[in-house]
Amino acid sequence: MYAYDQYDQAMVDARVEEFRDQARRRLEGKLTEDQFKPLRLMNGLYLQLHAYMLRVAIPYGTLNSLQMRALADIAEKYDRGYGHFTTRQNIQYNWIKLEDAADILADLAKVEMHAIQTSGNCIRNISSDHFAGATADEVVDPRPYAELLRQWSSFHPEFSYLPRKFKIAVIASEKDRAAMRLHDIGINIVQNDTGELGAAFYVGGGMGRTPMIAPCINAFVPLDHFVTYAEACLRVYNRYGRRDNKYKARIKILVHELGAEEYTRQVEEEFAQLLDQGIEPPLAELERIRTFFEDPPFDGDADAEIDRSDPDFAVWVDRNTVPHKQPGYVSAVISLKPVGGIPGDATAEQMRLMADLAKDYSFDECRVMHTQNIVLPHVRKADLHALWTALEDAGLGSPNLDTVEDIIACPGLDYCSLANARSIPVAQKISERFAANGKTGTLGELKLKISGCINACGHHHAGHIGILGVDRKGVENYQLLLGGSEAEDVSLAKITGPGFDENGIVDAVETVTSVYERERQDGERFVDTYRRIGMNPFKEALYG
Amino acid sequence: MADTLRYRDDEPVDHPAVTVDAFLDQSNASAVRIEPGDDARALVPHLERLALVEVNFPAFGDGRGYSSARILREAGFEGELRAVGDVLVDQLAYMRRCGFDAFEPDEQFDMDDVKAAFERWPEVYQSAADSRTPIWTKRHA
Repeated sequence: MYAYDQYDQAMVDARVEEFRDQARRRLEGKLTEDQFKPLRLMNGLYLQLHAYMLRVAIPYGTLNSLQMRALADIAEKYDRGYGHFTTRQNIQYNWIKLEDAADILADLAKVEMHAIQTSGNCIRNISSDHFAGATADEVVDPRPYAELLRQWSSFHPEFSYLPRKFKIAVIASEKDRAAMRLHDIGINIVQNDTGELGAAFYVGGGMGRTPMIAPCINAFVPLDHFVTYAEACLRVYNRYGRRDNKYKARIKILVHELGAEEYTRQVEEEFAQLLDQGIEPPLAELERIRTFFEDPPFDGDADAEIDRSDPDFAVWVDRNTVPHKQPGYVSAVISLKPVGGIPGDATAEQMRLMADLAKDYSFDECRVMHTQNIVLPHVRKADLHALWTALEDAGLGSPNLDTVEDIIACPGLDYCSLANARSIPVAQKISERFAANGKTGTLGELKLKISGCINACGHHHAGHIGILGVDRKGVENYQLLLGGSEAEDVSLAKITGPGFDENGIVDAVETVTSVYERERQDGERFVDTYRRIGMNPFKEALYG
Repeated sequence: MADTLRYRDDEPVDHPAVTVDAFLDQSNASAVRIEPGDDARALVPHLERLALVEVNFPAFGDGRGYSSARILREAGFEGELRAVGDVLVDQLAYMRRCGFDAFEPDEQFDMDDVKAAFERWPEVYQSAADSRTPIWTKRHA
């Protein structure tokens, strides 16, 4: 994985000192809260309902064991002994004191980590495919391209006071495991007919109160124009994105209002102006970065068979491991969705265990998934039983990847000042219900996503089943949505009808799964059945 | 209004800046002020006549002026580029990188903070309108 050189380290160290100085000036009253706010946000410090939250960047979701241990130490030293892995492959701490923030950033810098641009109206941490470098279906490992964009976007002098936040995801496969087309810019690294690599740019996707699927504005940007093209996309947005209304300020609104064709024309015009400005990095830099993402030294004789004599282990293998490009290996998913637990939370002890397991069984590497789980990307099949045993002992062995229990949920009203309703208790009740009725396994792939307000941090628009918490006359009310997807079959979910109370929404989820069980044809997932039979059978079952 | 910080050796323009509309409407002015909604590229055909371009920041969070500045420098403008208005000391380093070489903030800066701001960054990651060499170029020099 990527390692800092003296340049990267110097920049992160300078950032820590800059923030220390800013926090000092804030405490001395030289900066007003209004002036300080964007500065702390660009260092990941966000004021929630009860305390500051600190969001730490995990570039393209990739971590080594030293870094995971440092995250555990921070949870213990500065927070309440746990952290929360997020839908953009980061981690956030919910109980941070402003006075500690600079020290935390300094601790992070010691392990080549930071919280730079994890909040605020700037280019955020770049996310990517959590199976990068491990899956057989990718064209190349997308992370070098994400790393190049990390460097380009870090401390970008022109794009740090954008109309609104700006999120970029990079993949390199027909399979989309990063919700690429629901980002401000989604990039798919592709190969053309002559074998040359290039970048397909999708611009103007997003969730929030106005969900949009990003249109492709350029199907093949050559790699020697990659950064310049991104710069052009951002400049058009910085100049013409709406600043009169924060709810209309994301790039999706600009692309929608101009039309994809006109936005593209403006980008191409800007690109033509920028081409001779020397913005593009030397291609040697991409080559340098690629060397950090070469395959680890796989065991060429790794056993292809798994001893499945332990039935509980066999279930976990079937549900939580994913095929690998290297014979004898799999990617193993550590579920952070225990039944009745808080999706994405991990204690310091669990983080340390995951660090140890990454070191022992996965070439010292783990990844945060956008679904708020952790992957050990490269595990020998022969090591799976030992891995599973260790996970089971720590409460991390839930066999529920991509099932109805594998819920994405935002922090909701338990933490967030924007929320209208709680998300976490609904997630807990749903996983408990399905664990109790035993249907988790038989329902197969079922992506359930919960947001506690229309800002959609819990990706409810993209759930096979989505739940949106709203406030109805002072009472929490939950709307049900069906038919969304963030994957390569991307679609936006539709609301079924009137909402439900907290217990009613749990019943409603069970009701729609019963319709699926009744109607499904061979091999169909929930979302496939929904797409085939439409909304009406579900509505009839829900509302009679 | 506070003092103007200038990082150039020539004499400042001694007359007030006019609006972009007034300038384009046959003015003889050599100083013009860009508002956030103005198109900086409209000035590009007339850069030879301009000694000073002021870029107004009515609110520090509105970042359009950063693009205006870079566009003018990319087009070859060598006159004074002055950031005016709600300009904060924590923005100076990025503004300088976008081509500003003068600052006229609503509120006076503490000069120690200004010095710290300009000395802050040992390196830069990307190209902009200044002459600094990005890290990725240095790595392969």
